[in-house]
Amino acid sequence: MDYRISDSPAGPRREDILPATTAAAVKVVIVGGFGVGKTTLVGTVSEIRPLTTEETMTQAGVGVDDLAGIEQKIETTVAMDFGRISINEQLVLYLFGTPGQERFWFLWDGLFEGALGAVVLLDTRRLEVSYEVVDLLEERGVPFVVAVNSFPGAPVHPMPELRAAMDLPDEVPVFPCDARDRISCRDALMTLMRYLYTLANRSPEPR
Amino acid sequence: MSKPERAWDPGNPDRLYILTSTSDGTGKEVRIDLVTLIVSRTEGDPGLQPEHCAIARMCDYPLSVAEISAYLTLPVSTVTVLLKDLLSRELVEARPPVPVATVPDTRLLEAVMHGLQNL
Repeated sequence: MDYRISDSPAGPRREDILPATTAAAVKVVIVGGFGVGKTTLVGTVSEIRPLTTEETMTQAGVGVDDLAGIEQKIETTVAMDFGRISINEQLVLYLFGTPGQERFWFLWDGLFEGALGAVVLLDTRRLEVSYEVVDLLEERGVPFVVAVNSFPGAPVHPMPELRAAMDLPDEVPVFPCDARDRISCRDALMTLMRYLYTLANRSPEPR
Repeated sequence: MSKPERAWDPGNPDRLYILTSTSDGTGKEVRIDLVTLIVSRTEGDPGLQPEHCAIARMCDYPLSVAEISAYLTLPVSTVTVLLKDLLSRELVEARPPVPVATVPDTRLLEAVMHGLQNL
């Protein structure tokens, strides 16, 4: 699906304008491997058409010595889709669908900094992609829940089995999710909020 | 099942633009986040460059830095540079995101849950 906007003058459509009273934003990050359904989930719950922000990454080529000082750089464009949910007249929530590879995360400076938490979208056909994601989130101290996106023909695992396979702590919610279904996606976000709520009540002092 | 070794080579990528520190007109540090909301303070200034002008025009209502980047199809890092210029000239104001400690505030979470319920 390509949601790239190129029509109309730059700027939000009339119906996508936030109220002038909107005072602040919060963000949630949806993390998962390529093709796991991040953009679908964002699009399903977003009040605006998902938008895309891009960063250009350059990578210094290897073996520059051989080329006697000629610098080789490889440029890659990395895209991130995001959506928005107005919470009330003052508060707005942004959802960012982020590639699972850490090397892309730093491109958007502070993507995880100040995020409420993350939803890890899991594809049971490619569990290995998510091991890495879970490790990185734990390292960074970003609280997360695990939503298992159901794909036709994907192996069906009972949730406890997945939890064991992913080596997830008991407290981390693991639940099925259909990225195409609005209620299912909303519930995934609710599960994250409830989980954060229990964390907040458990440790009164800020870490 | 055991965890596999890290499979990819993260390489040694560089960002195209690196921002050190800038300040707004009052001399205090402004940190621009993806979800910092930007609101114009001006209808537009004839002396502005087209990109500055486009930002000032689209932000007559609050708009996040991520949205500005998407609408202008410019990287967030570039938009941030443009915004720092506009902020230092006090042509736009920045509304910083809700500060979130490692464990978020319960009142904030309640507000978000209430909002989600209405979806």
